[in-house]
Amino acid sequence: MSVAEKRFEFVELEKAPPTPLAVTPSGIPLPVVATAADHDPRSEGLPGQFPFTRGVFADGYQGRLWTMRQYAGFASAKESNRRYKFLLESGQTGLSVALDLPTQCGYDPTDPMARPEVGKVGVSLASLADMEILFDGIDLARVSTSFTINGTAAMIYAMYLACADKQGVPREKLTGTIQNDILKEYVARGTWIFPVRPSLRLIADTVLYANDATPRFNPISVAGAHVRDAGCTAVEEMAYTLANGLAYVEELIRRGGDIEKFAKRMSFFFYVHMDFFEEVCKFRAARRLWARLLKERYGVKDEMALMFRFGVVCGGSSLTAAQPYNNIVRVAVELMAAVMGGVQSVFTAAFDEAFQIPTEFSAELALRTQQVIAYESGIAKSVDPLGGSHLVEFLTDRMEEEIRKVMGEIDAYGGVVKAIEEGWLQARLAARALERKMAIDERRNIVVGVNAFQTEGEKMAGETFRLDPNARRSVLEAFAALQERRDAAAVETSLSRLSEAAAGERENLLPYLVDCCHAYATIGEMAGRLKKEWGSFREPIRL
Amino acid sequence: MSGEQRAPLKGKRILVAKPGLDGHDIGAKVVALALRDAGAEVVYTGLRKSPQHIARVAVDEDVDAVGLSILSGSHRELVAETMASLEALGGGDIRVFVGGTIPPEDQGELLAMGVRRIFTSEMTLARVIAELAQALS
Repeated sequence: MSVAEKRFEFVELEKAPPTPLAVTPSGIPLPVVATAADHDPRSEGLPGQFPFTRGVFADGYQGRLWTMRQYAGFASAKESNRRYKFLLESGQTGLSVALDLPTQCGYDPTDPMARPEVGKVGVSLASLADMEILFDGIDLARVSTSFTINGTAAMIYAMYLACADKQGVPREKLTGTIQNDILKEYVARGTWIFPVRPSLRLIADTVLYANDATPRFNPISVAGAHVRDAGCTAVEEMAYTLANGLAYVEELIRRGGDIEKFAKRMSFFFYVHMDFFEEVCKFRAARRLWARLLKERYGVKDEMALMFRFGVVCGGSSLTAAQPYNNIVRVAVELMAAVMGGVQSVFTAAFDEAFQIPTEFSAELALRTQQVIAYESGIAKSVDPLGGSHLVEFLTDRMEEEIRKVMGEIDAYGGVVKAIEEGWLQARLAARALERKMAIDERRNIVVGVNAFQTEGEKMAGETFRLDPNARRSVLEAFAALQERRDAAAVETSLSRLSEAAAGERENLLPYLVDCCHAYATIGEMAGRLKKEWGSFREPIRL
Repeated sequence: MSGEQRAPLKGKRILVAKPGLDGHDIGAKVVALALRDAGAEVVYTGLRKSPQHIARVAVDEDVDAVGLSILSGSHRELVAETMASLEALGGGDIRVFVGGTIPPEDQGELLAMGVRRIFTSEMTLARVIAELAQALS
């Protein structure tokens, strides 16, 4: 009999068997009743104190509420600009920019590979000209902007600096985040461009440059979200992310970076799925483990550099196209788990995200969900309100152990870079995703509306958001107009300087990229020059 | 259980492909693994392939079916181009299936282009395999 079946058996308490009745989705057996004997009080401590099990800030959300950051970006810069202004007027406190795939993969909109995808999953930012329109009337000194960008993160960051220069905003005033985490792109999200090692160089260049030029900007957000959404467990999500985080730390140290400095500006990014306690505890466990690893391995002293700050997405593959209104409830539960876990920044997905680009109605409802939890539920008042719960402390301890174990397996293989170059991690993830799918297909995991409690003859609810059919044309027209307008000689000069610097190994490429952006060089041109020097990633096909 | 039930796709060659720039490949990989478990010989293209490349591989590998995985919203363009390329390369008889995020109102259009079936992520793998086996028999 499987554990899942056992869970629903009637058990008389006095005869309760000593074996656990339930396991978490990561496979951790749970006690029927947790007691003080199940956890180690030495690890718990206080919020704001090492090892930060209970949170990085002593005053939790009383000091500062989490940032409500909705992900939006549509087709043209002009249309996105309109949506951003709408979101800011609705009370959103940070912008999050979704970019289209050509921008993410380093293609100009005119490239044959790019053509069908222009403006589809986000905004097209082919050059500084587009970004100027995107932020028209939005003061970059006052708004914090997050870009979900990886393969071309260095270029988009350079473009942001150039855009701030144009607005007359001093660079040191800029706040925001670029994801800039290429390692997980090779494993799950797929917007890689160059081979692993030169990509690591570009990331280190960006982090080191940003630490000086824009000290309040987060130049890297190590993300577990995408591997999680693809199918791995919460334990694996944290293990892969911390392993990637340490790989960046190693690279930055190799490049002469000071860990006491750059670690302060590293942040993390995850998905929240539905198993409430496991989600709460994965954040507590990873926060503690990161602080411990930096202290144990690198002797980091500054407490600010040990702090694991993270943002989340609530939704993703935990949302269903069937009975889509159920997703509103799912997102609220996930949001509560993130808040109980001590999150710094939250994106709540719209309930219709599983089957379409959110409408203005569903996007607003997603933001309202955060406001209801923040201002009405009261859960943000005391710091770490679940701290000291026997179950929560037990599960936090167990998850930390399990995360360490998975990190050990990656180390045993030869580290993340090797595991990615050889396709080992990708194959491991695919196998896990198949397991997750089978568990749903075979109803070992219940998903309401999908494999249980279905509605007969259900029709999809809601309105449909349609992209402006002229969006691609307007992107292409703007692109053509730019070619006419810009100084071709200045573009060529900036690009050949970039090529030269990329051919060597010593120079930081960011100043060259900022120059390229100022000259209105395009994403495709910049990525193209680097590809010429470094080649492209050869994806290992291993199933 | 008969051999046919255990390996309903035995003897079939299937190309699983990711056209365009969409990097979400886990669905394609899960389906590829499941088809292989169901007895098919599976070729997986990897990410970021042009429709022309996919059609070329399908014809060269002499496959019975091509499964296109698309989650970026570019299904209309990418499917149309793949169908045209298959036709041009003499692979017009290769059956094409689509999986991913395809809004219901677009499904008719893809079927009208000649796509045999559209699979969504909430279908069970057993059903995907059964429908494939039926369509390829």
